[in-house]
Amino acid sequence: MGWNGKILRVNLTEGTVKSEPLNMDWAQKYLGLRGLASKYLIEEIDPKVDALGPDNKLIFATGPLTGTAASTGGRYSVVTKGALTNAIACSNSGGYFGAEFKFAGWDMMIVEGKAPKPVYISIIDDKCEIRDAADIWGKSVWDTDEWIKKRHQDPMMHIAAIGVAGENQVLYSCIVNDLHRAAGRSGVGAVMGSKNLKAVAVRGTGGVKVKDGMRFMKATREAKKVLQENAVTGAGLPAYGTQVLMNVINEAGAMPTRNSRDVQFENAHDISAEAMATPRKTDGKPNLLTNQACFGCTIACGRISKIDETHFTIQNKPQYMHASGGLEYEAAWALGSNTGVDDLEALTYVNFICNEQGLDPISFGATVSAAMELYELGLINQETTGGIDLKFGSAEALVKCVELTGKAEGFGKELGLGSLRLCTKYGRPELSMSVKGQEFPAYDSRGIQGMGLTYATSNRGACHLRSYTVSSEILGIPEKTDPLTTDGKPALVKAFQDATAAVDSTGLCIFTTFGWTLNDIAPQVDAACTGEWSPERLLETGERIWNMERVFNNKAGFTAKDDSLPARLVSEPAKTGPAQGLVNGLAKMLPEYYALRGWTNDGVPTNETLSRLEL
Amino acid sequence: MHKALVIDPGKCTGCKQCEMACSYVKTGEFNVSKSRIRVFDFHTEARFVPYTCTQCAEAWCQQACPVNAITTNADGVKVVNDNLCVGCKVCTIACPFGTVNYNAETKKVIKCDLCLGSPACAEACPTSAITFQDSEQAGFDKMKLWATQAAHAATHEGPNAPVAKG
Amino acid sequence: MDYVVLGAGPAGVTAAETLRSIDKTARITIINGEKEPQPYSRMAIPYYIYGKIEEGGTYLRQTEDHYGKMGIEYRVGRCGGIDSKGHKVHLSGGESIPYDKLLIATGASPIIPPMPGANLPGVHTCWTLNDAREILKHADKGSPVVLVGAGFIGCIILEALYLKGCKITIVEFAPRMVARMMDETAGGMLGRWCQKKGVDVRVSTKVEGIREGSDSPDAKLTVDLSDGTSVPAALVVLAVGVRSNINFLVGSGVETNVGIKVNEYLETTAPDIYAAGDCCEGIDLSTGKPDMLAIQPVAVEHGRIAAQNMAGHPTPHEGSLNMNVLDTMGLISSSFGLWQGAPLGKTAKLIDEDNFKYLKLEFEGDKLIGAQCVGMTDHVGMLRGLIQTGFHLGEWRDKLLEAPERLREAYVAVSQARPNYGPVAPHTNTPVAKAG
Repeated sequence: MGWNGKILRVNLTEGTVKSEPLNMDWAQKYLGLRGLASKYLIEEIDPKVDALGPDNKLIFATGPLTGTAASTGGRYSVVTKGALTNAIACSNSGGYFGAEFKFAGWDMMIVEGKAPKPVYISIIDDKCEIRDAADIWGKSVWDTDEWIKKRHQDPMMHIAAIGVAGENQVLYSCIVNDLHRAAGRSGVGAVMGSKNLKAVAVRGTGGVKVKDGMRFMKATREAKKVLQENAVTGAGLPAYGTQVLMNVINEAGAMPTRNSRDVQFENAHDISAEAMATPRKTDGKPNLLTNQACFGCTIACGRISKIDETHFTIQNKPQYMHASGGLEYEAAWALGSNTGVDDLEALTYVNFICNEQGLDPISFGATVSAAMELYELGLINQETTGGIDLKFGSAEALVKCVELTGKAEGFGKELGLGSLRLCTKYGRPELSMSVKGQEFPAYDSRGIQGMGLTYATSNRGACHLRSYTVSSEILGIPEKTDPLTTDGKPALVKAFQDATAAVDSTGLCIFTTFGWTLNDIAPQVDAACTGEWSPERLLETGERIWNMERVFNNKAGFTAKDDSLPARLVSEPAKTGPAQGLVNGLAKMLPEYYALRGWTNDGVPTNETLSRLEL
Repeated sequence: MHKALVIDPGKCTGCKQCEMACSYVKTGEFNVSKSRIRVFDFHTEARFVPYTCTQCAEAWCQQACPVNAITTNADGVKVVNDNLCVGCKVCTIACPFGTVNYNAETKKVIKCDLCLGSPACAEACPTSAITFQDSEQAGFDKMKLWATQAAHAATHEGPNAPVAKG
Repeated sequence: MDYVVLGAGPAGVTAAETLRSIDKTARITIINGEKEPQPYSRMAIPYYIYGKIEEGGTYLRQTEDHYGKMGIEYRVGRCGGIDSKGHKVHLSGGESIPYDKLLIATGASPIIPPMPGANLPGVHTCWTLNDAREILKHADKGSPVVLVGAGFIGCIILEALYLKGCKITIVEFAPRMVARMMDETAGGMLGRWCQKKGVDVRVSTKVEGIREGSDSPDAKLTVDLSDGTSVPAALVVLAVGVRSNINFLVGSGVETNVGIKVNEYLETTAPDIYAAGDCCEGIDLSTGKPDMLAIQPVAVEHGRIAAQNMAGHPTPHEGSLNMNVLDTMGLISSSFGLWQGAPLGKTAKLIDEDNFKYLKLEFEGDKLIGAQCVGMTDHVGMLRGLIQTGFHLGEWRDKLLEAPERLREAYVAVSQARPNYGPVAPHTNTPVAKAG
């Protein structure tokens, strides 16, 4: 119950498709998505494997609450060894793909090997086939979506695909489903590309059963009420999306700006949620048309935008003159504040291209930002960039970059390496605002101290979604802590990390935790799943997952040295705002964090810790 | 006074909670393909349209049924009586709204019956895009209202369009 | 006021009920030409044959004493002729029944092809409930059955015989199955489906004759075919077509072609006499011309409109849409309107031979005028909605030409955009019953 109990194993080298029973002992220990798929990955691959080689595996996983009436119960994860990070990667996505996959009767799909030529996988209920993708190799995510639906003559199919970025193994390429939802980070798209796998198309007409239907409906109803009555999930996110944060974070002095040289962006308001909703001077229409929910989501933070038809970015490009996924906060920041670009329409266009070509806008924007700094420093010039005047604040430059990167043409090829490899190439690795090779997102850890520890210890490289202490430090959820101090942050980070790992493994969206605690989530899991699920058991499951990921990374070659932040954050004080004069206090937090985790001073889980967690 | 489902596509976010609730009530599991209500997604127009039976005052399906298996209950709801339905599917082609469907598993037809008084879809809808209200409106009036609201939504001034601040 | 309704099929019963809903005091008599305790539905016969329902399940109305409660007199009798001047119906027993207004809803009867042996015991048509009872005597599990005719009705019976477990050979003179309902692709698909299910399908084949005796121990008959082969049969079912029951009208003043001629109020050429259902040539909505559309929904529509006119509420019949739905051993197909298309129209096709799926849409300008569908049932009524309402599809026509499977989206998109043209309840002009 909750789980379908079935996994698909697709070997692209051999061209075989197999159905296997789900290991229910593991399901009880790791739930689904992130936890369960990581367990399978760790059992099945050598941590030192080449992420882009045929021996890496790519797992698409749903969870026990995916495809149920639980609010946001439509998530799936892609788990693999990350192309960008060489660490364990888990990218979570919404849209409708995950639920459809579950309705087809599966919990998970493990993709092995490498196809001799481009293919896509079609899953129509219990029928799974590897099919020729010659006609769509080289096509965008959007065209691929359309082509597959037409090929199968079924507009109800849901498709997860890579764009040209993934084909070209851009190291931060993502897997995009339902046109603009993405398993975005760590280069899972590049891994998919390396396997010559263009897309996975699913149609499911079966049902998902839960353990105790009446109790489940009651638990989900009560939990939905909590989301509805919560100011963030019930009002802020539906109306403004995650972009509700743009002004808030800017005012907190925690907005990484121009490659983190600044912590406040003077034009943040022009690219904020408020700006998106304000009618444009040019055509009198707002950028934002409406909000959209992912499957089962009663929050509906998704943005649907339409670009001003007179804007320079889409002149003579009717294919972009329709509604599509609009700016989320992370994208608006990465493409905007971080590059100094304040042209909302240009950012929306670049975001469209990221969706269409399958690029992670966080890493892309941050890489462009790093390149802009290199350009300003004279380490690269117009010769390097192929004539692009790569100045901070230049929308034209940003647009040219995005058009080249997915296609891996010209300077785009270098941008496709990510900021760390790019900066290293030009002799200044410290200018890459990244941890474990992955660019960090939209929160400056000088203004939000907990986020420094979050980034440094995140198992998939810098990431806000592994322990979103912003919630506590800025928004006061579940309780307010001071963003400018390191006191208590190690425990806060650990608690967030463990809870998040559990939530990420259920099939629910992490955004629910603006309103929910594990006390709201456990009754839903318990009513749906075989076994007994208390908040304590969920938290312990999360801790188990966290340590399991850590063990993998250690075996892959990561050490305590990799739990670090770029020099800028720990040595260049914030210039303005509430955090003026502060650097991040990682050194103070890290030892305490290791101790709390039950790890050695070298960041290795002790045997006691491992056996306590049954690892 | 009869109550009716009033659907306002302008408020719909496409979450499919209605489909989940419907399928759960009708089949005991979550299976949107068995839902009596379906949300249509016009993504390039930023529009989501929940769609189901309007319980026509004088229903095509009912009149086409050769064995009187579709009856009107006290609330004006057109109900398929499973014990009488032979599965001939004439109602499925007769209903010009396409809201009577054949279920190959049960070999009977299925349609919305407003959950006999408390529609699960309306209860599950988080944005009040689907409400269950007092109504004397016939199917046509409902369609008109619905369509007017849809047209309104298409101008992107629907109730869930965000409000500009300051 | 005396209303008499000849015929107790869906047209007759709907008419009687409609008359009663308008006129609370009139005398209404409905006369069934078949000796049955209650009016029943032919559509339900296949389900009776394979045991899904009992005889009672075939009845058109299911409430206890339905006709008595409505004050409708139900009786059995064969009509021998009509005296339209004297306003009388003559029954074959010699009795005469006077009327003020008369509705002829006598339906149709199966054609018995002129072939040797068509009258032998074990050779039956499958049209009436009584035919079904006879067929049941022979259609045992495993017994060889030859079904002559693979039209709509033949296919419906086929399903029932298949589910009974009979060993079936189907013989069709036309080059494909359901030739009058669907095109070569669909007919071919149905043929392959039947073969796959173990039915022996012989198209472009004629029955030369049926004779007694056979080599097979479980068959008493032998059917000789034009391809030179002979097939043993315990039962031969004839389903080659139907014709209107109108012979009794000779000399009555009611003019006929293949069916009864009517004007737009479903009035015949004789005063105070109306016609409805299979015996009547009503307007085909697609062509605007009179035609015999022998299907259940049309019979109901005729019955209702004729009754309204009889009761003094002039209601023109604007035409009925030809449509059919067929379940051939689990493969469901349907056709609507001008499925053959229009000379200058455009066609959208979706063909998936492997999965037995087919959708063909026929457009004239930007309107849908006809459709065929195999292996798809979800929201299929939308096809009727689009054709009957005459929605202008606009840009959606081009989208459908590219991807006909987007039909449902197209329907919702256009039906929402143009409320004034949307389908409405089947009739909005039924007068409210007068008190007393």
